[in-house]
Amino acid sequence: MTFNRSDVGAGAIFIAIGLFFGLTTVFELDIGTARRMGPGYFPVMLAGILIALGLAVTLKGMGQADPERGPLPWRGLVVLLSVPVIFGMLVRPLGLAPVLLLTTFITSFASRRMSVPVAIAMSVGLTIFCVAVFSFGLGLPLRLFGSWVEPFTRPIFGVR
Amino acid sequence: MDLLANLSLGLSVALQPHNLMFAFLGCLLGTLIGVLPGIGPTATIAMLLPITMGLDPATSLIMLAGIYYGAQYGGSTTAILINLPGESSSAVTAIDGYQMARRGRAGVALATAALGSFFAGTVATFILVLFAPPLAAAALNFGSAEYFSLMVLGLVMAVALAHGSILKATAMIVVGLLFGLVGADLYSGAQRFSFGIPELADEVNFVAVAVGVFGIAEILRNLENETNRDVMVKKVTSLWPTRDDFRRMSMPVVRGTALGSILGVLPGGGAILASFASYSVEKRLSNRPEEFGKGAIEGVAGPESANNAGAQTSFIPMLTLGIPANPVMALMIGAMIIQGIVPGPNVVNQNPGLFWGLIASMWAGNLMLVLLNLPLIGLWVRLLTIPYYLLFPAIMAFAAIGIYSINSNTYDLYSLALFGALGYTLVRFGCEPAPLLLGFVLGPMLEEHLRRAMIISRGDATVFLTRPISATLLVLAVIVLVIVLLPSVKKKREEVFVEED
Repeated sequence: MTFNRSDVGAGAIFIAIGLFFGLTTVFELDIGTARRMGPGYFPVMLAGILIALGLAVTLKGMGQADPERGPLPWRGLVVLLSVPVIFGMLVRPLGLAPVLLLTTFITSFASRRMSVPVAIAMSVGLTIFCVAVFSFGLGLPLRLFGSWVEPFTRPIFGVR
Repeated sequence: MDLLANLSLGLSVALQPHNLMFAFLGCLLGTLIGVLPGIGPTATIAMLLPITMGLDPATSLIMLAGIYYGAQYGGSTTAILINLPGESSSAVTAIDGYQMARRGRAGVALATAALGSFFAGTVATFILVLFAPPLAAAALNFGSAEYFSLMVLGLVMAVALAHGSILKATAMIVVGLLFGLVGADLYSGAQRFSFGIPELADEVNFVAVAVGVFGIAEILRNLENETNRDVMVKKVTSLWPTRDDFRRMSMPVVRGTALGSILGVLPGGGAILASFASYSVEKRLSNRPEEFGKGAIEGVAGPESANNAGAQTSFIPMLTLGIPANPVMALMIGAMIIQGIVPGPNVVNQNPGLFWGLIASMWAGNLMLVLLNLPLIGLWVRLLTIPYYLLFPAIMAFAAIGIYSINSNTYDLYSLALFGALGYTLVRFGCEPAPLLLGFVLGPMLEEHLRRAMIISRGDATVFLTRPISATLLVLAVIVLVIVLLPSVKKKREEVFVEED
């Protein structure tokens, strides 16, 4: 059986999102009436529309040829999607400077062309630049060193 | 002499040294990132949005506007020099601009684009000054029914002008609308879709959605096939157009400006439509149509002017109605909301300094662009040769710091990853990200006006059809939908948008 993976994939995502919002609304929220709409009225309407659209997109893709696509950038996907999470989890305990150093180093390897020396130079340079611009230049109230590393950095940098 | 008083108020804001500085910085950063192939104005603004958050509202909007034209201009440079337009509106420029570059006339093409854009920007700024205040005054009479219908029309237009499948574009809008609803319900205060997570109680962070769907998805798309970029023009010489060039480009610039100014106001991305329209008008009016596609200067001058005029007048619905005409304006509205300004017809009365300052800064910004771009062209050409893998770690670092610094909320970073994944997957499955962002911004407003209109009419849904303005807007929306779905138009639309990719 041939089907267009783009259409069927997109349709499936739409149906999944529609079901997620629709079911959550039905179980948790008051839908109300057209005259006095509750918090669930508009979402459940939209979810219904989205599920219908998702079904239509899926059906349209059935029996159609699959278009050619480039290869999936697996490295990039794994790296770029995990970096914000790592940054989020570690920015408080580590502080801005160390977390930047770490995440920039990891991000560098999203590309196959990066080499370790370039990545090290890149992350050190970028960390210094960002700290200078955001912390000292724009004065964002972010701690440079968090509680995990502070005991080690205090003798060198003082309390930041 | 209200107009003069307003303009001088605007100039007094725009010419404050720190505002000038941030406008300049915006233009510079916008050009810097916009010149990178494959990154259009929307992605550029999304990535740079967080750094403007710490500024005061007027300055941050001025800087964002600067980033916008900078990015757009940078996109034209890329289109001309390496035939890789960042966003569809400069796709038309690539057709003849790149051919001019191949014939050693890259400098003239770039100068034409800059001068045409500057002229268009100047005219369009005046149009904005003339038409925005009366429109804002008229909009004060709009009730909820009118707003609801206006937004429906805007969303329908966005679908009509999106690339590719209409079904998918519509679905993307609905996805955006749904995610826009996460957080406390405006009327009852009930928590929706936040699952007891206090960090989600407010709403999904708009900047995280924008950077995820446009920024991260864009980087991933660029990583799909990492090839060396071929910059054919290593050195740009002879910038200044000849007398003959000036003669040939003057009328296309004027016509392009007119087309762009009118079409830019339309919801749903009029600037793109304007540059396409201008190109076909010039081709039809030219007495040497055979030169088009082979380096006709009219094919650069017209669309570039139309594009820039449209970019400028697309601020009209944003500033007067609070309704975004395109994803860039959606970002502007998001920025306003984060800054604590309620977008809509009241902005002109409640924040006159911001309103007129922004408009005056547009003209200043356009001037800066000409001054920035023509003498520095050598620098931009060299930028095109920087390998991509050195750039995106910087982009990611800025995005992460920026998003975290808005609310010091780590969940915003998790949203960034989530929307990056969702955005990239959907883009790969042939969906456009722009409608999603429009939907996300409009979701809460659309619901608010729908519910308020229904409460006022006591549950009578015909209110949308019995109020004349509302009915007209809805009829227009239906007409647009019918036109787009007509088989002949549908076929033509597919052809046009295929050419862009």
